[in-house]
Amino acid sequence: MSNSKILANGVDVYYGSKQALFGISMDIKEKEVTALIGPSGCGKSTFLRCINRMNDLIEICKVSGSIKVDNEEIISEKTDVVSLRSKIGMVFQKPNPFPKSIFDNVAYGPTIHGLVDSKNELEEIVHSSLKKAGLFDEVKDRLNEPGTSLSGGQQQRLCIARAIAVNPEIILMDEPCSALDPIATAIIEELIDELRLNYTIIIVTHSMQQAARVSQKTCFFHLGELIETGETNKIFTNPDNTKTQDYITGRFG
Amino acid sequence: MFFWSLVLIAVGIFSSFIYGRSRIKLNSKKQGTKSKSLPNYYAQYVLMWCLFPALIVYFSWAIFQEQIIQNIVISNFEYIEGAVYNEGLLLAEIRNVANNPSFADGKSIEIINAAAHYSSLRQISQISFYTSIIIIMLLGALYASQKLKPEFHAQHTIEKYIQYILIFCSSVAIFTTIGIVFSLIFESLRFFAEVSIFEFLFSTEWYPFIPIREGQTAAEGSFGAVPIFAGTFLVMVVAMCVAAPLGLLTAIYLAEYASQRVRKIVKPLLEILAGIPTIVYGFFAFVSVAPFVKAFGQSIGIDASPTSALAAGMVMGVMIIPFISSLSDDVINSVPQSLREASLGIGANKAETIKKVILPAALPGIVGAFLLAISRAIGETMIVVVAAGTAPNLTGNPFENVTTVTVQIVVALIGDQEFDNPRTLSAFALGLVLFVITLFLNIIALQIVKRYRERYE
Repeated sequence: MSNSKILANGVDVYYGSKQALFGISMDIKEKEVTALIGPSGCGKSTFLRCINRMNDLIEICKVSGSIKVDNEEIISEKTDVVSLRSKIGMVFQKPNPFPKSIFDNVAYGPTIHGLVDSKNELEEIVHSSLKKAGLFDEVKDRLNEPGTSLSGGQQQRLCIARAIAVNPEIILMDEPCSALDPIATAIIEELIDELRLNYTIIIVTHSMQQAARVSQKTCFFHLGELIETGETNKIFTNPDNTKTQDYITGRFG
Repeated sequence: MFFWSLVLIAVGIFSSFIYGRSRIKLNSKKQGTKSKSLPNYYAQYVLMWCLFPALIVYFSWAIFQEQIIQNIVISNFEYIEGAVYNEGLLLAEIRNVANNPSFADGKSIEIINAAAHYSSLRQISQISFYTSIIIIMLLGALYASQKLKPEFHAQHTIEKYIQYILIFCSSVAIFTTIGIVFSLIFESLRFFAEVSIFEFLFSTEWYPFIPIREGQTAAEGSFGAVPIFAGTFLVMVVAMCVAAPLGLLTAIYLAEYASQRVRKIVKPLLEILAGIPTIVYGFFAFVSVAPFVKAFGQSIGIDASPTSALAAGMVMGVMIIPFISSLSDDVINSVPQSLREASLGIGANKAETIKKVILPAALPGIVGAFLLAISRAIGETMIVVVAAGTAPNLTGNPFENVTTVTVQIVVALIGDQEFDNPRTLSAFALGLVLFVITLFLNIIALQIVKRYRERYE
């Protein structure tokens, strides 16, 4: 397939001797929102963190198999993790702005990657990233205040702005709304819908309504296995697998 | 006497416990209702009423008995007209005779009488001591046993008592501190009555000698503490120059780079450094480091003295490494993992993450660790006594002899001295300065930590 952005093939993950993922294979299309759903502990976050090699941080975690991003193998000793991660932004479950000003939070990525030559350029990137994240109007008068002084929803949008400031192609979102109230959640969901035009987005979520609202593709994980994957409409209305059916209808999980 | 009374109290509390337990069981059986709390709480209630009054009696006896007896003996002493007595010596003599009758030979009849008086008073005191302990325990138990009814909430009362006990324990530390501070202040005031505070704080001559005989003018002392403060500061700076980079970099390695296994081994090893007695560091500094410093100084053409600020400071620096590394390591470790992930997730490498995210976030704690290390360095005594010398030199040259506040306190207190001259009293003034400095360091540290915490959370 021509426009496949991420191609996973037989990905196994072990935490020590415990196997967390069993032969996950998946094809993620460019400029689409893919939702990973499933009960807690089913491995969806683990899979997400394989894509930007975040699992490297966990000493006992071993990943095998193949994941190709733009046809380049990333599960390999030779992978340049730093450039991989600058290409793949990540938004975490709990908003985690740096203990710096709003401006410095967004400027962090462009600065360390040397994307800018002048102050004006940096300012431009920061402003445009904040605008893309739908936060600029709310914070434009207080860019020097600490990022941690914002509300939870604003903090999460700040984290999104921080992620897109380095101009990634893919954004991974690990339950980005689980710590937010319904209104902030709705704003983020709208934002995801807009971001889809420019980025490939993979979102892990516990809320099936959210998956249904924001995603085009949905993958259902259960006990470390990928049970079913397909168009979101189909998964939520007419899944092939009975386990998916049971989960969607709330019979377990 | 006091040992056997402790046994007596132990027996008392044991039996009161048993008594309370069986009594409440009996009472609730009699009334046919279940007691509000478990029987053990009633037993503890009786026990407390038995124990604490007895302890109060015990301690007040231990503190006041000797004093009161001595006063009575002295006030009844048959003074001989015209003779001059030293009260302290007299008392010592009386006590000796009372404790050891063989000393009575050759003593005057007044002393022997007084000794007999002293012994009899002690006997009376002892008997009344035991009696009052027994009575007070019985009274306490009696009072408590009246409350032993099933509807009485013994557990609530016990918890209240326990709270009082905890408050008492914590106030012991607080009042001790306050007491020390006041004794420092009052003794320092006595010092400043004889030496002007301006001379002490701003004059640069420190000759803490006092005339031994009346009218001896050659050894008029002067008490300008500036060289001492300067020496303390110099040694502290040398120590921090060694400890700050080593400690901080060690902490970064331990917290961010070392594997769990390495960390588990290295951290306790480092903390052993803090457990080495400082006198051992002291002779290490004197025997090994100081000659090395002297040789090094000569090789680069500086005349170094056998004991120097550099030798003492370097060894002190090694000593406070674990303070900085261990505390900073804890602080760096407590920076939330989510910040690390956020930074790495943007594609920052480890060094950038540490430099730009982790260290700024951990800064307040690191500053706190530094200030703690500094106040430890300032208050450190043994290393500088042995390795820095005692000469009050006003110098910025670390190869020279210097002296520190703590060393001068030691020097002032060495020897058999009464606390009535500026030389010994200067120890209190220096101690007060030391206390004020460390107090300020702690306050500043707390302020920094607080301000950053507000900004970061």
